[in-house]
Amino acid sequence: MSWAEKVLSIDRRWIFLAIGIAVTIPFFLPLGLPVVVTPPVQSLYDAVEELEPNSAPLLLSIDYAPATLPELEPMSMAILRHCFRNDVNVVVMTLHPAGYGLAERALLAAAEEHDQVYGEDYAFLGFQPGTSAVILGMGINIRNVFPADAYGVPLDEIPIMQGVRNYDDIPLVISLAGWSAAEAWVYYAYQPYRQRVGAGVTAVMATDFYPYLNAGQLEGLLGGMRGAAEYEELIETPDQGARGMDSQSVIHLLIIVLILVGNIAYFVSRKKKASTAGAAS
Amino acid sequence: MRRQIPLALCFIFGAFMAIQYFIPHHSVADMQERILMWLQTLLAFAFLLGTVSLIKVHYHKIRNRADDRAYSYVALAGLLTMIGLGFIHPDHNLPGSPFSLMFLNVQVPIEATMFSLLAFYIASAAFRAFRARTLEATLLLVAAAIVMLGRVPIGDLIHEGIPDATRWILEVPNLASKRGVMIGVGLGMMATALKIVLGIERAWMGGGD
Repeated sequence: MSWAEKVLSIDRRWIFLAIGIAVTIPFFLPLGLPVVVTPPVQSLYDAVEELEPNSAPLLLSIDYAPATLPELEPMSMAILRHCFRNDVNVVVMTLHPAGYGLAERALLAAAEEHDQVYGEDYAFLGFQPGTSAVILGMGINIRNVFPADAYGVPLDEIPIMQGVRNYDDIPLVISLAGWSAAEAWVYYAYQPYRQRVGAGVTAVMATDFYPYLNAGQLEGLLGGMRGAAEYEELIETPDQGARGMDSQSVIHLLIIVLILVGNIAYFVSRKKKASTAGAAS
Repeated sequence: MRRQIPLALCFIFGAFMAIQYFIPHHSVADMQERILMWLQTLLAFAFLLGTVSLIKVHYHKIRNRADDRAYSYVALAGLLTMIGLGFIHPDHNLPGSPFSLMFLNVQVPIEATMFSLLAFYIASAAFRAFRARTLEATLLLVAAAIVMLGRVPIGDLIHEGIPDATRWILEVPNLASKRGVMIGVGLGMMATALKIVLGIERAWMGGGD
């Protein structure tokens, strides 16, 4: 067996081991690679930066499940920290049933860091089923969809919700989603109500959102962990996103090396087979 | 009548939701508001339907002593535990409640672990299957390599042109193809919606016609 054939028939557990090592080591030995901010992330940051302090709230829709948590939770934390640092009021909700606990966790952690008071600086509306009906309904009257917050307190009794009736009273919506919820915000909030919408999505989904970004239907876009790392860079608070960038860099490089090695071995092996077949005939 | 009534309801509500955007009158807006509230109530029942269906599937597997019934026991135990914790504990929706603790400390790590396994399988699959056999495959491979490097900081260090090339791939060929697909999908959705509202497409009623 030639070296090329040996490479092609390598036990995949060696690849798994290499990936495991490549992911783990940068967490213990950080490379500290610099993160360059891209225009879609800068746009979203600017949109949040422009919001008035202690005024109309930003609506953050945390629409992800545990599967996409590693990519999207760093975005939640970065955006919430940015808002709380600027005294921007935040209302959090979720369109995903599994997003309830994750949204609450991120919100409480960020609020505690910045000594924010529930009801005065932030509120949590919880989950409602029916993505399109919820988004459309909120455009008419938020109280039809969420009569009370996640803990059963009527919205009229929550100070930051007083005077907030529909999208006219919300300057910006940001959806962080690992599924089509972010698109739904564009379809049902931007399109009929011209509500300003920003999005944060997983890296594999990010390519689907460039048409909306290019058409001005999205204020900005955070794509995957890189998007979170860039936002952390802008708010000068490196955290989970920045930490994950080292691992992701090494993994991407390793996968490219694996593809190259696999292709070289494939062509060498094919050439050898062709020359052997030619000699035999 | 069993078929005519659903078809008539579908036509009335479908047509109303389409034309209400063009009628700026408060009575139409009120009706739309009411329909959206009905829709939300109906969708809430989907969760109930899903739960009942899940219980039925696993109950039958256990009753028929299927080979993989061990998983059904685990699924039902998990489901009933979470439902039980939700109902028994009065403050189930507060942080720190048993329901919340189970979700954050059991479901979250399990789901995150399952999804993380993708990295291992993608790397293995890329090594075995990503071959530059044809021109199209080579283009795909080169584009993938550039985007993979351009989306991580190490790409900036390898060559300053890699992030620019990545941005160009995403904002020009990717955008053009996505837009084409989206327009096609959008027109297809409109055509299908029209067929349903007009009663031409009836597969949603069951019965196969």
